[in-house]
Amino acid sequence: MRLKARLLNEQEVDRALRRIAHEIIERNKGAADLALVGVHTRGVPIAERLAALIAEFEGITPDVGKLDITLYRDDLTEIALQPVVKKTEVPFDVHGKRIVLCDDVLFTGRTARAALDALIDMGRPAVIQYAVLVDRGHRELPIRADYVGKNVPTSHHEVVKVKITPVDDVDAVELHELEA
Amino acid sequence: MSRLVILDARLVDGSGELGRGDVVVEDGRIAALGEGVGAGVQADRTVLAGGRTLTPALIDLHAHLREPGQEVKEDLASGLAAAAAGGFGTVVSMANTSPVVDEPGLVADLVAKADALRVGGRGAARLRPAASLSHGLRGQALTDFAALQAAGAVMITDDGIPVADGRLMRSACEYARDLGLVVQTHSEDPSLRGDGVMNEGIVSQELGLPGNPTAAEAVMVARDCEVALLTGARVHIAHVSCKRAMQVIEHYKALGAPVTCEVTPHHLTLTDEALRSFDPVFKVAPPLRTADDVAYLRDAVRRGVVDSIGTDHAPHTRAEKELDLGSAPFGLPNIEVALPLLYTRLVLAGELGETDLLRLLQDGPAEVMGWPAPRLEVGAPADLVLIDLEDERAVEPERFRSKAKFSPWAGERLRGWPWLTLIDGEVAFEAPEAVV
Amino acid sequence: MATVQIEVPTSARERKRNLLDFADWTADEIGALFDTADVMAQVLTRTIKKVPALQGFTVGTLFFEDSTRTRLSFERAARAQSADVISFASGGSSLSKGESLKDTLRTIDQMQADLYVVRHACAGVPHQIARWTEASVVNAGDGRRSHPTQALLDAYTFRGRFPGFDGFAGKRLAIVGDVMHSRVARSNVELWRKLGGEVVLCGPPPLLPPDVAPGVARTHRLEEALEGAHAVMALRLQRERMASPLLPSATEYVARYQVTETALELAHPDALVMHPGPLNRDIEIASEVADGPRSVIEAQVAAGVPIRMAVLYTLLVGKR
Repeated sequence: MRLKARLLNEQEVDRALRRIAHEIIERNKGAADLALVGVHTRGVPIAERLAALIAEFEGITPDVGKLDITLYRDDLTEIALQPVVKKTEVPFDVHGKRIVLCDDVLFTGRTARAALDALIDMGRPAVIQYAVLVDRGHRELPIRADYVGKNVPTSHHEVVKVKITPVDDVDAVELHELEA
Repeated sequence: MSRLVILDARLVDGSGELGRGDVVVEDGRIAALGEGVGAGVQADRTVLAGGRTLTPALIDLHAHLREPGQEVKEDLASGLAAAAAGGFGTVVSMANTSPVVDEPGLVADLVAKADALRVGGRGAARLRPAASLSHGLRGQALTDFAALQAAGAVMITDDGIPVADGRLMRSACEYARDLGLVVQTHSEDPSLRGDGVMNEGIVSQELGLPGNPTAAEAVMVARDCEVALLTGARVHIAHVSCKRAMQVIEHYKALGAPVTCEVTPHHLTLTDEALRSFDPVFKVAPPLRTADDVAYLRDAVRRGVVDSIGTDHAPHTRAEKELDLGSAPFGLPNIEVALPLLYTRLVLAGELGETDLLRLLQDGPAEVMGWPAPRLEVGAPADLVLIDLEDERAVEPERFRSKAKFSPWAGERLRGWPWLTLIDGEVAFEAPEAVV
Repeated sequence: MATVQIEVPTSARERKRNLLDFADWTADEIGALFDTADVMAQVLTRTIKKVPALQGFTVGTLFFEDSTRTRLSFERAARAQSADVISFASGGSSLSKGESLKDTLRTIDQMQADLYVVRHACAGVPHQIARWTEASVVNAGDGRRSHPTQALLDAYTFRGRFPGFDGFAGKRLAIVGDVMHSRVARSNVELWRKLGGEVVLCGPPPLLPPDVAPGVARTHRLEEALEGAHAVMALRLQRERMASPLLPSATEYVARYQVTETALELAHPDALVMHPGPLNRDIEIASEVADGPRSVIEAQVAAGVPIRMAVLYTLLVGKR
């Protein structure tokens, strides 16, 4: 894989997250009953960062959860390697909550589909919204994000790499090209 | 008059190496042998031995031919053809059939059927049937030894099932001694053996399979030797599988007990480690023992403690051996591989001389039975086997004449395969490789 | 089908094919199985106790020996992950029907299961079946040999319940009772040692012959076995073994080998008491112990489904 372009640097990532946090507050008319659920792996720090920003802006800290969607993937009968199942930690009752599902990249929409199923199996939230740092297009399912940090038109030969602390050592979004 | 000539063979019998030479067979007997005696002789068939080894056909005192009643496993035709293919000219068939061979009529039937098989060159070894010791192998009432003997039975044995009742064993020996019959024993104590399906030891414990301790065998061998001493009967201990049982036999032989003993090709070559495969092909009675036991048996063979090698050829259907180890029957087919197996694993490995091996398959069993030692000499019956000691070939169960087309040694490369077997001067077996 | 763009984690691993015993499993793989079982346990606490993970897979339970508890546990584990389940039960030997085990399997194989859960009264049958089928095989108990999911749930229970658990190293498991006939004992010995723990076996001489589990400590004295033990497992004493050539009487067994509160005073202060079930109360274990504070017998039962879910997931996902 070859680095093609740096799409967002640390400052720009921070700016995008702050904007999303504001949009979430605005759309939900505050932070009451709000919960942020990050999809393993990089959705988790994004959810935590957004929760901290919302707390900073509103004075209310929303609930934060971690979701592992492995058991909901639609390709488990087809893959050749076995994904490690991680723990889902949603330490609050989802019933009646306004949940914002958080992830790093929106691509085919299959992860979001799996995450929706996983969330709904835990109870009946009032509403589920979807926040992503990057939307790179190429949807395979009728899914769209409510909050987008940056729209990036890509080709299938390209890979969008999100780096976010503390999973990675920096905050950045990069575009890579697959070697032929 | 029919005449067959074998040219240029290496001649060997129980008396030793007889050098290279020809053999002329006329009307089922050896008419001439020696260097050049076959040159120019007009014959119905001339075999170019090319230096291969010619020796008296082997004798197996222990084979399960399954007729009557279990023809799905084997019958006289397939079993005696298999024997001939294995180089055997004479086979003693066991009586644990269905019905059990416990009546003179059944013995006579077997003899008649086997004789018929030899007519027309269909390829069959001679049959000398054994009869059972107890009615129905139930271990309760003695069969009529005298009548069975008169009908053609040469041995008395409940082989397959131990004679649990000591008093019955004693009576059997008393009768057998009077009639000059050999009693062959399957010496295992039933209660110590329990439901064991393999040797009791580290491997059985690890595999969680019920074990059968060597003590079960040693205890019964001791009883049978004591009964032999007590009665003076000729007792032949079949398929000795372990050191302890062999040591008991050595003890009683030293005391002068009229006891002889047999070991099998599988107990000389396989150990209980084979059961790690959980393949019921390796389920035999007595069970495969440890490497120590195998080493001791081989040593006993070398020291002359062992009187004969019997195959305990025990064919079953493949389906029966594709059951779980608890349900699968005991026994494996081996009569067609016994000679090459032992030649390769013992003689070529330098553990036993070639003539010593042949003695255990010729003079040894003959002596056990009180039969004349088979010899290559003028006037002797032409029960002969020509062995190729050089050709190495894999065991191919699908080629077996036996109905049991599986083998613990499948795929193993062996030397010492029979090339041609003559019974009564007739070709009873010819290796496909020998047919030009 | 369109490329699936869910990223495969870098920690993805090669799939194991069978769970016949622990011979080809590493301690790390077993640790990962326990971690997966934690997730499965979580699934079972939710409103909807079901995930779609094994949708499209078929699990066949082949019980040649009856065991309703174990079979139900596996079937629940399969269904909780949306696998289809087909069940085959057969008492007695198939020989009586003139059919070999292999023929039976060949017929069942037409149903195209992806994994078989096999229980048989004779050791080795799961190994035989694994040779004859492309499907994965899980041993659900074969004769006296092995019962790996039971051993897994025992160790998993210990891991979850022993106060301040910090690994199996240095932890001693005492197994008391009819070790000779016990597949649970054999599997626990194999697993506990693989995980780095120590095992001591205890029972009356005929039920604890010298070459059971070579290299493992053994004693005929209960006090010696329990001294300092971190876990004590009492094995079920089969009724037919009492007053047989193997044992003088139940009374004699109770007097010398019953796991009692008094005997447990010698064990580690935090020692857990386990039993694979079903209990013979007041034979191999005193009721006050079975129902007492050290007992994790109920937790063992509860661990059955998540452990078996983890086993099925681990053997099935990544199959192609």
